[in-house]
Amino acid sequence: MYGRLLSMNESSNVNKSAEEQEARFTPAEANTAQTFAQGLKAGLPIAIGYLPIAIAFGLLARSAGVSLYVAVLMSLLVFAGASQFIAVNLLALGTQAWEIILTTLVINLRHFLMTASLSQRLAPELSKKWRSLLAFGITDETFTVASLQTPSILTAPFVLGLNLIAYSSWVLGTGAGVLLAGGLPAAIQASMGIALYAMFIGLLVPSLRNGLPVIVVVSAAVALQGLMNWVPVLSFLATGWKLVISASLAAMLGAAFYPEGVES
Amino acid sequence: MLIVVLMAAVTYIPRMLPLVFLRDIRMPPYLRACLQFIPYAVLGALIFPGALYSTGNISTAIAGIMGSAILAFLRLNLVIVVVGGILCAYLFGLL
Repeated sequence: MYGRLLSMNESSNVNKSAEEQEARFTPAEANTAQTFAQGLKAGLPIAIGYLPIAIAFGLLARSAGVSLYVAVLMSLLVFAGASQFIAVNLLALGTQAWEIILTTLVINLRHFLMTASLSQRLAPELSKKWRSLLAFGITDETFTVASLQTPSILTAPFVLGLNLIAYSSWVLGTGAGVLLAGGLPAAIQASMGIALYAMFIGLLVPSLRNGLPVIVVVSAAVALQGLMNWVPVLSFLATGWKLVISASLAAMLGAAFYPEGVES
Repeated sequence: MLIVVLMAAVTYIPRMLPLVFLRDIRMPPYLRACLQFIPYAVLGALIFPGALYSTGNISTAIAGIMGSAILAFLRLNLVIVVVGGILCAYLFGLL
């Protein structure tokens, strides 16, 4: 309204403001492509880490008698490593379907914590459609990489790029694993099992410099996980529950001591 | 087939619900701090003790963990940290 009033007085301004607007749009588009590329780049270590695991999943699926079609479909639709491995194992054992689905649910409940945390980091103006699309690609790895980005607001193109490269590697690796059947020497395959942990360490170590609150929370989580795994009564809990309990207790402890959050 | 579709559903729902519906909710400061700490808590809980068993051999796993921790401490690129960790575990296994 205001702009139109101004341009009525000086008609030459119309062209100028249109030019200005265009000039404002082009960098924004370039920016979208750029942040998408940044997302792809940030996801590269995940893609490297996923590939051998996806191949291993393909191999396991094949040896469990699961067809190429079902294995790839599982990677395409489920996109959650741990639960896919367990599901294939259970399928091979002839476990009841409802039990496999319940196990999958329990293992993946941890994503509830992660997306709750991410919900506060995504750009607030992002629509529900976009949010539900991006939600599909949230894994332990994409979540941790996205969360530890320095600008605190995460944009849609960035998260899309990050999720997409991880997803592609997971799906292609699964197909390759089923088709290869054999492939990599065992020693190399075993050493590649460390890949994603190396990435987690690569994310964690620099973030310890953020200050005492982070160090306290990480130590608490490690200690609680140790308890969960080695105290006989607790170690019977499903892996999914262990992670949910340790991580949420550690975060609650951190918030109790440091109500200002990470920056305190 | 049906199993895969149902697995997809129970995996997608916990991913989607908080991301879509927590946007407009105003969090009390305590909860906000909690959610800020979640990534670090998750990282700690993911690494330990899982990393120890990741190669099927605790000593090569420790070599890989140490290697990647040193590279990460030097603030090297994440790709280098990952590849370096794999190499350390592999080379230690050859010893």
